[in-house]
Amino acid sequence: MTVPISYYLGLSAVVFLTGVVGVLIRRNIIIILLSVELMLNATNINFVAFSQYFQNVAGQVFVFFALTVAAAEVAVGLAIIIALYRARSTINVEEFRLLKW
Amino acid sequence: MEHVFFFYFAAVIVVTSVLVVALRNPVYSALSLLIMFFHVAGLYVTLHAEFLAAVQIIVYAGAILVLYLFVVMLLNVKGEDRYHAQLPVAGLLGLLLLAEVLILAFAAGRPVTTADGVRQAVAEAGNTEALGELLYSTYLFPFEVASLILLVAMIGAIILAKRDIFDRTVKE
Repeated sequence: MTVPISYYLGLSAVVFLTGVVGVLIRRNIIIILLSVELMLNATNINFVAFSQYFQNVAGQVFVFFALTVAAAEVAVGLAIIIALYRARSTINVEEFRLLKW
Repeated sequence: MEHVFFFYFAAVIVVTSVLVVALRNPVYSALSLLIMFFHVAGLYVTLHAEFLAAVQIIVYAGAILVLYLFVVMLLNVKGEDRYHAQLPVAGLLGLLLLAEVLILAFAAGRPVTTADGVRQAVAEAGNTEALGELLYSTYLFPFEVASLILLVAMIGAIILAKRDIFDRTVKE
C-alpha cells in the first residue's frame, strides 16, 4: 500500500505556493530568499516522487543539480544583500526603488 | 504505515513552510526552515532516496541555513511591522493557483506508463551507487557545468561582499 503520487503533488503544490505568496507579501529581502528556497524544495519533492513513481533514478540526479544551483544562488544572493545593506543600510525591498517608475 | 509517515512529514512540512512566511523575526523563520529541511529529508528516505536525504541535511541544513543565520546576525535587523501592501492580491492569487493545482493533481486521470529511456531500479543495488553511475556516465557534462557554476558563485560572492576590492588593487 504505497502513497499515491498525487499526494506528493499536492504537498509540493502547497509548499510551492507558500513560497510564491511569501515572495509577494514579505518586505524583508532575507525572507524573500528563504521563500525561494521553499519553492526549490517543493520542486525537489516532485522530482524525487516522480523518480520513485517511474522507477527512474534520473529524477534524483536533477535534484542534485537543483541543490547545486540553490547553493550558488544563496551565496550570490546573500553577497548581494550584504552589498545592498552597505549601500542603503536597510533590507526592506520597498526602499530599493531605483529601477521603479 | 507508509501513509502514517507521509502524513506526519507532510503536515510538518506544510506547517513549517507557512511559518517561514508568516513569522516576523527572520531568525525564527530560518529555524522553522531548518525543521522543514529535516522533514523533507525524512520524506526522501520514505521515497528510497537515501543519498539525497543525507545531502539535503548536509548541504541545506548544514551549509545554506548557517549562511542565512550568519547574514541575519551580521545585519542585525529587527522584525518588520507589517506585511507588503499587496497582501490581499497575493493571497487571492495563491489560493486560486493552489485550487487549480490541487484539482489538476487529484481529479485528472494520471498516466500509468513509465518513462522511456534509461530505466534503472531506484531501490535495488544501492541508491548511492545507482546515482553515482548515472551522474558519471549520462550526466557527466552537466556535472562539470555544475562545478563551474559553483566556482562562478564563489568568485561572485567574494567580489560582491568584499569592500573596496578594486580600490585596493589600484592603490597597490
